[in-house]
Amino acid sequence: METVNYNYAIVRSFITWSIIWGVVTVLVGVLISFQLVLPELNFAPYLTYGRLRPIHTNAGIFGWGIGSFFALFYYMVQRLCRTSLWSDGLAKFQLWFFNATIITAAVTLLLGYTTSKEYHELEWPVDIMVVILWVAFAINIIMTIVKRREPQMYVSLWFMLASLVGVAILYLVNAAEVPVSLFKSYSAYAGTNDANVQWWFGHNAVAMVLTAPPLAVFYYFLPKATGAPIYSHRLSIVAFWSLIFMYLWTGAHHLLWTPVPDWVQTLAMAFSVMLIAPSWGSVFNGYLTMNGQWHQMRENYLVKFLILGITFYGLQTLQGPLQAVRSFSSFIHYTEWVPGHVHMGAMGWVSLVLFAAIYYLVPKIYGRELYSIPLANLHFWLVLVGQLIYSISLWVAGLQQAGMWHAMNNDGSLTYTFMEAFVEMYPYWWMRGVGGLIYLVGILVFIVNLIKTAQGGKPAPEAIQNA
Amino acid sequence: MSSHAWEKKPVLLLILATVTILVGTIFTMVLPFAWVNTEHDRIETVSPYSPLEQAGRDLYIREGCNNCHTQTVRPLVAEVLRYGDYSKSGEFIYDRPHLWGSRRTGPDLARLGGKYPDEWHYQHMVAPTSMIPKSNMPAYGFLNDNLIDPDAVKKAMDVLGFPYSSNDIAQLEGKTEMDAMVAYLQKLGTGIPWRKAAEVEIIGELVNPFPKEPTAIAAGELLYAENCAACHGEELEGQIGPELDQDVYSDDELFELIYVGVTDAGMPSFASLGSTKVWQIVNFINYRETP
Ligand code: HEC
Ligand code: HEC
Ligand code: HEM
Ligand code: HEM
Repeated sequence: METVNYNYAIVRSFITWSIIWGVVTVLVGVLISFQLVLPELNFAPYLTYGRLRPIHTNAGIFGWGIGSFFALFYYMVQRLCRTSLWSDGLAKFQLWFFNATIITAAVTLLLGYTTSKEYHELEWPVDIMVVILWVAFAINIIMTIVKRREPQMYVSLWFMLASLVGVAILYLVNAAEVPVSLFKSYSAYAGTNDANVQWWFGHNAVAMVLTAPPLAVFYYFLPKATGAPIYSHRLSIVAFWSLIFMYLWTGAHHLLWTPVPDWVQTLAMAFSVMLIAPSWGSVFNGYLTMNGQWHQMRENYLVKFLILGITFYGLQTLQGPLQAVRSFSSFIHYTEWVPGHVHMGAMGWVSLVLFAAIYYLVPKIYGRELYSIPLANLHFWLVLVGQLIYSISLWVAGLQQAGMWHAMNNDGSLTYTFMEAFVEMYPYWWMRGVGGLIYLVGILVFIVNLIKTAQGGKPAPEAIQNA
Repeated sequence: MSSHAWEKKPVLLLILATVTILVGTIFTMVLPFAWVNTEHDRIETVSPYSPLEQAGRDLYIREGCNNCHTQTVRPLVAEVLRYGDYSKSGEFIYDRPHLWGSRRTGPDLARLGGKYPDEWHYQHMVAPTSMIPKSNMPAYGFLNDNLIDPDAVKKAMDVLGFPYSSNDIAQLEGKTEMDAMVAYLQKLGTGIPWRKAAEVEIIGELVNPFPKEPTAIAAGELLYAENCAACHGEELEGQIGPELDQDVYSDDELFELIYVGVTDAGMPSFASLGSTKVWQIVNFINYRETP
């Protein structure tokens, strides 16, 4: 068989940078969580909570999330197509431009240049950088697929292609704005329309960035890590098409009880509940792949990351539809419950799957075996415990907060003032801060392990390096 | 294994995926434009932002206040009691972008305008904990140090197509960012005359249910510290609001003042506390031990 010159160097560089942005995400996350309990940690004007929170979310979604997807897509696309990248030069440009974009994003957000739209805070010049980045990436992936030497496209490639077009449509429509100056623009839409477009974007950013790409990764790396093929091809097909069909109807579940037309809210609610089916299609596909392989949960640390990851995805996609029901939304919307939901997805599902994929690639990109599996296990437990403390404390906090906001006396007056409910949150916010610190230690263990591997791990056998 | 054409043809897959994505998009994102911001939504009394208010709005965006504050009141009993009349679509037609937000770390601000006197905001923005000791809101004193740039505001007004006079722009000279922020905050939610409509009316005779009871006085003391001290002083000596240590009001007059408020003069209504708590405050003010 003819050997292919896979470009692993670009994969390694993207991984290095995505981990750096991941550390920034977590550091800023820990900082803002302590700012909520110790407001004197706000250093005006640049380092206030209002300016730092978007840096945290953007670094998480674009730096750590998308940065890792760049790496893993470039790896998967070459392997699944049994061909080298279409353009190494373009990929190199993209790496450089990715870092330039993230740095520009961070600096402009610190300076207060923001559109205020969640997950789309970047002002128009930075938007243009994001578009260039995405076009470069999409061309390289699509052209590599076009010149592939494997006729059939594997599931992971479907999810990749869908997220390439999905992100493009979402981003461009939500970016419509009229510039006033270099760093200030006004949205092309007003009021209720603007809100509806924004959350059509916002929720589908979850679909096209925090769901489809990690699913692509999961579908590729679970069989690789276990040696067992995905349970059902047909289930993959049904889950894929119904997922990308249904997601787009659900944006208004972020806007229940607001002035958005009722019928839009009702559609969003209905489709959110139906979305359980395609989401759990993938969960079952993962679990059933493990039939006869469950002993690997003990023997193979990669499987632990992947199976816990898909489990959190499963929980996330049950909790999400629940939140999308009007009655439940009236209760928990705007409360601490919601960051609990978000971080089960972000710290649990997305990050666990990314950790597994990166560990799997270690022998290929460093040419060495992982320095220490016990350290990888320690990493696993620290991030798991950190995340559970984070989410569980905030779910309890959110329920208590919601209860206090809605409590009424017999004479029809409110039982609690805003501040009476507010002060009850402090203990939970402390707990969340502690959870965050544990998670941070977990990430540091991960990085130490990778550095030790790169510096002096045992050389990996040729066979594994090239397999 | 049999496979479908799209599994072998990337361009076909891309086209099919795009069409699939566009269906829900068209129904739930494009179509609503025909329903929203139409004649049907219009509210006569809602007006565009003045130059000073718009400048404040841009600062609200710059500082990311929307990361802690929402600006929509939902039509839920507790929410309307706490914040005021629920939000209507027509109130937001001049909001580009919308600032509804997704988290209520701090209270909703959709109906803030007129709730407090300007002076309250000037003090609160500089040092939130001086008014509300347990607050975690960052201090924004630096807004006092920066002047707003009239030319930039004029350009913004042109892009937004809001009306203004050259006099409006001239008057921006010397205004600080804090002035703009306070002007914006006082505009919020005032597009409809909801405050008058929501004003509580007391029907029937008022009788102090626990006159001079020590437990009521003690409870009232705590409630006073939490709800009133920021404006009337810790020792009732007066600050933003007048001094209350002169014992000039009878129990039922005092109850009515607190329960109904003097909403156009900066004294908020405290009806949402419920009558029991308001009577406790009355007992504290009129029957506390004075040194
Ligand atoms: C870290 C979260 C946080 C940020 C950021 C924040 N606030 Fe607040 N805000 C609060 C909290 C908590 C309260 C309630 C306690 C208080 O009044 O200080 C509050 C109260 C307020 C109130 C009083 C509302 C009422 O009805 O009593 C106003 C007005 C306000 N904030 C304006 C702003 C503005 C303007 C900004 C941006 C410059 C801002 N806030 C940024 C948390 C925040
Ligand atoms: C946001 C600031 C603010 C808060 C909070 C506030 N007040 Fe007032 N209060 C005022 C202002 C301003 C006036 C003057 C109104 C006027 O000019 O008629 C006033 C007037 C009054 C008066 C009439 C006094 C007089 O001599 O005219 C009473 C009584 C009173 N407040 C009691 C209370 C009590 C009790 C509380 C707490 C439950 C409270 N206020 C909370 C600002 C406030
Ligand atoms: C079936 C799938 C899902 C549904 C129906 C769903 C539903 C929801 C709903 C209704 C909210 C709004 C909560 C509120 O503010 O009241 C929400 C928020 C959120 N969800 Fe999910 N969710 C799903 C899966 C996921 C996944 C897999 C992630 C991945 C991380 C995720 C990330 C988020 C984020 C980041 C927010 C916060 C948005 C914001 O307010 O800024 N969700 N979700
Ligand atoms: C130690 C780890 C982390 C800590 C301590 C942390 C902390 C925080 C805090 C304090 C907030 C604000 C919550 C609020 O509005 O009250 C937040 C929001 C958010 N974080 Fe994190 N975070 C961590 C990791 C991550 C990671 C890894 C990601 C993404 C991949 C992420 C994505 C987000 C998102 C999307 C939001 C917005 C949530 C919303 O709108 O409700 N976070 N985080």
